[in-house]
Amino acid sequence: MLTRLIPHPILSLTLTLVWFGLVNTFTLGNLILGTAFGLAIPILTAAYWPDRPAIARPLKIAEYMLIVLWDIVVANVQVAMIILFKREREIQSHWIPVPLELTSAEAITVLAGTITMTPGTVSATLAADCGSILVHCLHADDPESVLQDIKTRYERRLLEIFP
Amino acid sequence: MSIVAEILVSVALIVSGVFGFVGSYGLVKLKNTLQRLHAPTKATTLGVGGVLIASMIFFFAKTGQISVHELLITLFLFLTAPITANFIAKTYLARNVRRNDLPESAGDFGWSVYEDPPDESPGR
Repeated sequence: MLTRLIPHPILSLTLTLVWFGLVNTFTLGNLILGTAFGLAIPILTAAYWPDRPAIARPLKIAEYMLIVLWDIVVANVQVAMIILFKREREIQSHWIPVPLELTSAEAITVLAGTITMTPGTVSATLAADCGSILVHCLHADDPESVLQDIKTRYERRLLEIFP
Repeated sequence: MSIVAEILVSVALIVSGVFGFVGSYGLVKLKNTLQRLHAPTKATTLGVGGVLIASMIFFFAKTGQISVHELLITLFLFLTAPITANFIAKTYLARNVRRNDLPESAGDFGWSVYEDPPDESPGR
């Protein structure tokens, strides 16, 4: 009964919180309206969400977000240095195929987004069986170390969040 | 508004301006499409991030209330920017790169631009 009424609890909570963010004030009316949206939208869109992603350790998500934010700042400076001070022919771009251990579609989406948002690497495409991801790297002296970074910093943590 | 808040807002705006400029300069300097794709992903992170931080400090100093709109802008940017970049990269692969130019994928199946997925792949 409860799962039929709230098919996607995390989506409901997110929608309600986003509603508070949009109106920017906390009142009882907004709480009722936000909760109504949080309950109605997942039911109306249930057909597009065949599975609920299983999230094992919610606290790890906060840790993951902080690490990604920090990496974005560091990598921004690194890429700015490459653009400003490296001569055009010294920039060595690489294609790096990264084998994936992640299997859930949500986890792979988060990883691909993370790779793109950290400057210096862009995720280009997936293998047809979602077994590896093709990453384009702007400049790397050692492509192997970029691959190890992605595997140990991001994928290992995502494996703990999405088992 | 106190002098401390003004300095913080100014610093955040200058940081975002510098990174926005470097991102745009990268668009001019880098030579091929995929290298240029790296420039806008940078402008949307620290470039926009600096403006958003400046805006949050400004409104907190002015009204004493924490504004959440900037966090939502960050959230929406992080949801949409990778998808745009991925679309551009995929289109570029399909139009300009032959499959022999790319390294092999780790598994049995090739890259999805050139090969159809098996029936039981995740996300189907």
